[in-house]
Amino acid sequence: MSATLERPVSGPRGRTAVRIGPVSTVLRWRQVLVPLVALVVLLLVSAVSIGRGDFPIGVTDVVRTLLGLDEGPQEFIVRQLRAPRVVVGLLVGLALGIAGALFQTFARNPLASPDTLGITVGASVGAVAAIVLSGTSSAGAVLGGFGVPIAALIGGLVTGLLLFVLAWRAGLDGYRLVLVGIALWSVGSALVDWLLTNAQIYDAAAAYVWVTGSLNARTWDQAVPLALALAVLLPLALATGRALSVLQFGDDTARGLGLRLPIAQTAVVLLAVALTAAAVSAAGPITFVALVVPQVAVRLTGGSRPPLLASGLLGAVLVVGADLVTRTVLPEALPVGILTAVIGAPYLLWLLVRGRRRSTL
Amino acid sequence: MTAHTVTPAAQGAPAPEAARVRLAADHVRLAYDDTVVVHDLDLELTDGSFTAIVGPNGCGKSTLLRALGRLLRPTGGQVLLDGRSIARTPTREVAKVLGLLPQSPIAPEGLTVADLVARGRHPHQSWVRQWSRDDEAVVAEALEWTDMAELAGRAVDELSGGQRQRAWISMALAQGTDLLLLDEPTTYLDLAHQIDVLELVGRLHAERGRTVAVVLHDLNLAARYAERLVAMKDGVLVASGTPAEVLTEQLLADVFDLEARIVPDPVTGTPMVVPVRRLR
Repeated sequence: MSATLERPVSGPRGRTAVRIGPVSTVLRWRQVLVPLVALVVLLLVSAVSIGRGDFPIGVTDVVRTLLGLDEGPQEFIVRQLRAPRVVVGLLVGLALGIAGALFQTFARNPLASPDTLGITVGASVGAVAAIVLSGTSSAGAVLGGFGVPIAALIGGLVTGLLLFVLAWRAGLDGYRLVLVGIALWSVGSALVDWLLTNAQIYDAAAAYVWVTGSLNARTWDQAVPLALALAVLLPLALATGRALSVLQFGDDTARGLGLRLPIAQTAVVLLAVALTAAAVSAAGPITFVALVVPQVAVRLTGGSRPPLLASGLLGAVLVVGADLVTRTVLPEALPVGILTAVIGAPYLLWLLVRGRRRSTL
Repeated sequence: MTAHTVTPAAQGAPAPEAARVRLAADHVRLAYDDTVVVHDLDLELTDGSFTAIVGPNGCGKSTLLRALGRLLRPTGGQVLLDGRSIARTPTREVAKVLGLLPQSPIAPEGLTVADLVARGRHPHQSWVRQWSRDDEAVVAEALEWTDMAELAGRAVDELSGGQRQRAWISMALAQGTDLLLLDEPTTYLDLAHQIDVLELVGRLHAERGRTVAVVLHDLNLAARYAERLVAMKDGVLVASGTPAEVLTEQLLADVFDLEARIVPDPVTGTPMVVPVRRLR
């Protein structure tokens, strides 16, 4: 076994071939550096976030408590009250960032995301229906019996399935997927509005969280199932990287390079839907993360498609960071989903304007 | 670990009688939904041949090329790759033997030439073996051979049309396939770049022993570069043979509704079409 690090004979700077025995790959320093920096920032922001609140705790004390080195009175606050919230935010950001990268590469369109494709809205429909209808109809009672997160999960998965079935026509086409997704998004939004209009005022207030996305009152009950789901989904998603590097070309080129297109497309879309549904079932539809973060990530790492790992980690930084800002800087504790929407909406406009300019060139 | 054999280097023009059939359409019928585009077509591409498929717009020549490249499944008959049904051959196995260049292929924004050419190695790679020494040598050679080494670090979408087509051909070379199918590789290029691209394809055939089939619009260029012309009209193969055999005044009238004179090309001696007027 010999490990080698060498600069390729040709090609641009900043990439290094790594070979250990029969294993070989190319490392680009920016694609290694960006996730590393994101990870460090994520840990830092998480520690700060756990420390902030009515009972402030210093960053070093937070870290010591989490590592079990310090068993002071703050242990309960750190481990049971604040850590779950940050862990949920972190995992939700991770899932949404990767889901966005998968959708955007698949559709070859930076506008594709679980938000624009209606998946997150579908999850909202499930959650809101469970809250609003549980007392009024038998179907609602069944849905309510599952619990709101499960209803959200079902809503997201059903919408994803509808998207897949309606967009499938002897294969999946990115444009068709986006168009069908926009239609599903409209239907889902209308359903949420209709449900809220007919809801009791208390139900409407409870349901509202599932329309904006929030990390308020998250406990280990949300964090643990989400962590288990991601333990399965994340390795599978990262394993699609090789297929994505070919899938980003046109269909003909991808097949000409030996990709089994229908299988690869199905795997990518289903993984993205599952990641989104899992995230929304834990914290509601925290919008724009999946849309914005992959495009930021690809600008940081360079290259031709959103990097999966970097998108996930930057998504986690955005959600945890936005949650920290809403809790501390802003005068009133807003749901984190509103802040991400405020950041995301102008970005979407910029993307649209820029897209138009490019297409007229 | 792979059964891939390196493409034989320059093997010169093979003797026609000894050449074996690499790719064949056997009573192929092609349709989009209910519209039949190609009816019961037979075609054989022999080892080391250079074939140009010509015909008027909408005659089904690109559709035929797609079927030969396994992008379109025939509704009748079959396509045979080295005597084996291509539909039953795994995609990856096909991709090691047969490369294709679609019409106006799209490269993702920001992709560099080196990355594009490196992608040609995809069928030879696996999850653990993503960038072997072999891959690196082949890609470097492909860039060098197509004069793209200088531009390796540039983004494909910033290149001129001619350079871009060179980059794609470089990728096809890196894929290392014996067979190469090109769908109108000269579309949108000015004449000088059309010549440049066809010279490159011609060198792939002559120096690297590639079996080439190309869909072309320009009959004079097709006659210059291809050894064999195949003329199609309304989904039917009308004529096949050397350029001199196929490009006749009668054929141009029948296939293209064009009255024309055929004169020898003053440079190469191949037939040259001088149009007179369109026939009604």
